[in-house]
Amino acid sequence: MAVQPAAPSTIPGAFSGTALRADFPVFERLTGTGKRLVFLDAAASAPKPQVVIDAVADAYAHHYANVHRGIYELSEDATSRFEAARRKVASFLGAPSEREIVFVRNATEAINLVAFSWGRANVAKGDRIVTTQLEHHANIVPWQQLAADTGATLDYVAITDDGRLDMDDLRAKLAQRPKLVAVAAVSNALGTINPIDEIAGLAHEAGALLLVDAAQAAPHMPIDISAIDCDFLAISGHKMLGPSGIGALWGRRALLDAMPPFMTGGSMIIRVTLEGAEWNEVPAKFEAGTPAIAEAIGLGAAIDYLTALGMDNVREHERYLFTAAWQALAEIPGVRRLGPDDPEIHAGVISFVLDEVHPHDVATIFDHEGVAVRAGHHCAQPVMLRYDIPATTRASFYVYNDLDDVRALADAVRATQKVFAG
Amino acid sequence: MDNLYRDFILEHYRQPHNKGVLQPHDLQFADSNPTCGDEMSMTLVLTEGKDAIADVAFDGRGCAISQASASILTDELRGQTLDEVRAIDPKHVLDELGVPIGPARLKCALLSYKVLQGAVRGEEIAWPEEAEAAI
Repeated sequence: MAVQPAAPSTIPGAFSGTALRADFPVFERLTGTGKRLVFLDAAASAPKPQVVIDAVADAYAHHYANVHRGIYELSEDATSRFEAARRKVASFLGAPSEREIVFVRNATEAINLVAFSWGRANVAKGDRIVTTQLEHHANIVPWQQLAADTGATLDYVAITDDGRLDMDDLRAKLAQRPKLVAVAAVSNALGTINPIDEIAGLAHEAGALLLVDAAQAAPHMPIDISAIDCDFLAISGHKMLGPSGIGALWGRRALLDAMPPFMTGGSMIIRVTLEGAEWNEVPAKFEAGTPAIAEAIGLGAAIDYLTALGMDNVREHERYLFTAAWQALAEIPGVRRLGPDDPEIHAGVISFVLDEVHPHDVATIFDHEGVAVRAGHHCAQPVMLRYDIPATTRASFYVYNDLDDVRALADAVRATQKVFAG
Repeated sequence: MDNLYRDFILEHYRQPHNKGVLQPHDLQFADSNPTCGDEMSMTLVLTEGKDAIADVAFDGRGCAISQASASILTDELRGQTLDEVRAIDPKHVLDELGVPIGPARLKCALLSYKVLQGAVRGEEIAWPEEAEAAI
């Protein structure tokens, strides 16, 4: 029942994943079978470093009152910390102004906000919206609903056999002059890094707005909105070491100003009479009700943690782990890896299937070996349909992973094959 | 892994009993496991009096647990009356599997039960309480 000592792993880069595990209390626990926890499911939700947990606890313990309301020092203190978190998000994403950062629950809510608010005001019967077959359901279903409600048509950009967007198909879809293109910067199901800069140029040439789902990208690589030239961008705090229940939508100020509110109620108004209401300015217009105050402050702490590591270093660390794991899986017969081979366009997310073994059985045996992975459709059923598979096993890396974890992944694959052999 | 993936579970997975589609059939139902999207269907042929099961088959792809569960469950249905089948306790299905099923896998183990009940009742049933712990 002893913790297996983690042999030091040397990864070129500015930090050691092995050493960073000490920052994350969850790694103090053993798995159900008494093994060291090898956590390879950051793509679903990331563990929290102690500094984030402390920031949330400190906000509740010593700085908590409602924000933007109280004319007393404690409320001003809470407001100032909450707004500081907004500035951190803006700076982390390279947004021109923190007034363009709307706090939401997660990327799903951010995309729904755009689909309901911008979508219902700007999309009409006969219009077209473009998304892709590579998307998370969060970037498909809101557009399906918008299309169903307005009579617009939703087009899906096809994907290639190795999991990249088919850019010729994108051009063909853009030739029909859609109102908006909604695409993930990184696929959560396959790990593909999409050419967002190129897509932004093509979308704008075609007169479309571009929404970027950065839920899977922002935690793992530098994001610079001022360079991307997109119009909306969505992130989830929980995937980037922050608390659950907090995320952000960035939108161009002029677009946000022109959009009607999404949810209505307190704090998003300037004046309410019995006849109607006058909307507050952005971002308050989109933040009805008491927000997730401590969670926003916790997200700020997560951003501080990532910024101290350096997002270029985070990306480099994961590129190294991806390359090692991709190679390790290639050496095991009976493993089919999905997504592009090129580490330049493949994030630290590896989806694979084992011949003759269902991903649920893979994940159960992995769990027995102490390796936490996701098995299923990863909320991306169109991707599964594309490859005619019911589900995949997905291993995803983050800052606290190391080469021991890559070895544990390969060992767990072999252990699974052994159970099912014969 | 000796506990869950015992040899007889793997044997049922590799060579499932009663796999396929019966044509013609009297009853048919299909359902899916929301956790993974795996679909399972069952077709049943009734006795002349239409009150008992003469033959049964299941189809669809899935994990070892769901396939073994369907294989074992369908093995015991021939000759049972529809009333008897409707009265099957989901706990019995888990007992027949004979291996410890964790909360994350309960829907895998009980999908066959849910599909069978849908077929003999003519409408979808809710997941049994046992599966509510499932994620």
